[in-house]
Amino acid sequence: MTNAPSTPAPAFPHRHLLGIEGLTPLQILHLLDKADDEVLVSRQVEKKKNVLRGRTQINLFFEASTRTQSSFEIAGKRLGADVMNMSVASSSVKKGETLIDTAATLNAMRPDILVVRHHAAGAVHLLARKVSCSVINAGDGAHEHPTQALLDALTIRRHKGTIEGLTVAICGDIVHSRVARSNILLLNALGARVKLVGPSTLLPSGAERLCVETFTDMKKGLEGADIVMMLRLQRERMNGSFVPSVREYFRYWGLDSEKLAWAAPGALVMHPGPMNRGVEIDPEVADGPQSLIAEQVEMGVAVRMAVLETLAEHLPNA
Amino acid sequence: MTSRVQTDRRAAEQRPTVFSHARIVDPARGLDAVGSVIVAEGRILAAGPEVLNQGSPEGWEIVDATDKVIVPGLVDARVFMGEPGHEHRETFASVSRAAAAGGVTTIVTMPDTDPVIDDPALVDFVLRRAREQSEVRVHPMAALTKGQKGLETTEFGLLCEAGAVAFTDARKSVASSLVMRRALTYARDFDALIVHHVEDPSLAGAGVATEGEFATRMGLPGIPREAESIMLERDMRLVDLTKGRYHASQLSTAQSVEILRIAKARGLDVTASVSINHLSLNEMDIGTYRSFLKFSPPLRHEDDRQAVIEALAEGVIDMIVSSHDPQDVETKRHPFAEAADGAIGLETLLSASLRLVHDGRLSWTRLVEALSLRPAERLGLGAGRLSPGSPADLAVIDPGMPWLLDRQALASRSKNTPFEDARFIGRVVRTLVGGRTIHVLDA
Repeated sequence: MTNAPSTPAPAFPHRHLLGIEGLTPLQILHLLDKADDEVLVSRQVEKKKNVLRGRTQINLFFEASTRTQSSFEIAGKRLGADVMNMSVASSSVKKGETLIDTAATLNAMRPDILVVRHHAAGAVHLLARKVSCSVINAGDGAHEHPTQALLDALTIRRHKGTIEGLTVAICGDIVHSRVARSNILLLNALGARVKLVGPSTLLPSGAERLCVETFTDMKKGLEGADIVMMLRLQRERMNGSFVPSVREYFRYWGLDSEKLAWAAPGALVMHPGPMNRGVEIDPEVADGPQSLIAEQVEMGVAVRMAVLETLAEHLPNA
Repeated sequence: MTSRVQTDRRAAEQRPTVFSHARIVDPARGLDAVGSVIVAEGRILAAGPEVLNQGSPEGWEIVDATDKVIVPGLVDARVFMGEPGHEHRETFASVSRAAAAGGVTTIVTMPDTDPVIDDPALVDFVLRRAREQSEVRVHPMAALTKGQKGLETTEFGLLCEAGAVAFTDARKSVASSLVMRRALTYARDFDALIVHHVEDPSLAGAGVATEGEFATRMGLPGIPREAESIMLERDMRLVDLTKGRYHASQLSTAQSVEILRIAKARGLDVTASVSINHLSLNEMDIGTYRSFLKFSPPLRHEDDRQAVIEALAEGVIDMIVSSHDPQDVETKRHPFAEAADGAIGLETLLSASLRLVHDGRLSWTRLVEALSLRPAERLGLGAGRLSPGSPADLAVIDPGMPWLLDRQALASRSKNTPFEDARFIGRVVRTLVGGRTIHVLDA
């Protein structure tokens, strides 16, 4: 699996990164290996490479984002690209039309890489068909968020050495989570055992067909977990519609040190951020010794550099 | 209560009491036989035909119960409360006296008080008041949605821990299928039971009587039976989707019986009650606009009454509830359409139900099952049985005693009974809770 950068063999033959779905385990590992190298770059005083010099990267965010957008921006800049951020208000009723119009407009500006986040599942795929550059999905609705799954995998692998054979509990609002979907695909591809834990109202239907086990009881769900991945509970889902209250949610599904003790000894805690302390996670755990949450952010930049660099290899005139 | 009385009482409790020569009906063991019931230390020591073969030891109190029927104390799964908020209608003390007089040893209270019981602290309050004021056992149901507004589910987990035995919006139906779906789904995580009043509110509209000839002649706005069928059918589909636990709080029509029968045959975890009012009365009893006979759902045609009796006998409908609903003159002394729904029923529950036994429609075993064992089982209560070791909650019934209901003699604070001046045969003569006698009929 060693990957010689000098060989332009198609270790990663895709023009876009739209999701984890469709990636082979080898392709995933290729990106992770490359990301390991990028970590070193980011830790140097001289953080600049020039593999994307002259390239234009547009971060097109139809949905507000702080950490993903800045992570992609830093990743692009460290690789030498010219990065432009575009935040598009999504108030228009005719979203489909707006999306395609926007794509056509941007395409005419001849960018090399588009990083897109959109609130509707499938919007990034639609856009990818309308432009001639590479497209990276930075989150589409409740569908996929591939770079998050990759950065989670990188973080896990750097601590546990491998993904294969690990038990990973993904906890909380699974049904609305693109992070969960991408992680399920990636972790399954690399041979982990995935457990989904949350109230029945937040577990997706048909989950058993996704090669995962589901639990509504945290104790059973966390049992034997090497990794506990907490998900953010959106504010609008807290009061009565999906769960009755924050205090009840925290009581039964919030990760505190008592619940964490049900997981495997030394289990590591992750969260894609931003966290709601006191809702899905206790501050003591979030900021405790088993938490990898800060490290996930660092790995985010490395993974995005790896993805950008890999896709750039296939750009015209590369 | 002085400490002297307590001491005497404790001494009496410690001395085993034997009820001899009684007909014992204990559906949990399929028992219907003449024998003795021995009560000691608040529990049933033995109950059956052969328990006194060796004679009774000296010092035991012997009560001759010849010609009496002893049954596990009744468990009434639908009791509306005046406390908190409307103490002039009913308090825990008065409801307890009414229950005791009717042989009801466990009441399950509705959450639609003021305030609505939708918070764990309020469940605590109810249980504390009940402990202090009530001699019968009290188990509260909590609201299904916050403020019973039908929009957001309550904290099922915390409310269960506080002691709520089920979740219901009492006399309100949850109109939103989405809210009901989420409630049934979420309840599963706590093994909680959803109890629902089945009436499509938009179809029922301003109706006050069952749509048909009677309502037309009386000039009363009607409610089609389909208001009940549609809501029940919807709920059955949602139970199938969510695999939740569900109980229909009052079924009243032949159509509903068929829907429930099919749902049960498909293996859904569903049960249902029928109120004593819908078993005993039909729409013609409303007569000249008697507002004490205004109910939700409204009284039905005689054909529907016959259908629910049949379903009860077969066990398709699981249990009988009193739907005890104290209302005062302020809410009842109005033109029929403007009066509040509901009637009291704790004190008449058994006697009115016995009519079905006297008429040969129900066996004693099925009657006691429907009034005690099934509600206790469905709500996860340790009551409803006379097997050794069970709490000694029991009712001693004189099955042949004729009596005439005097409204003013009722123990409930409200007197809105639909059985005013009714003649009954069979009456509770003594009620025990935890081995302690809490009611004796003045002969």
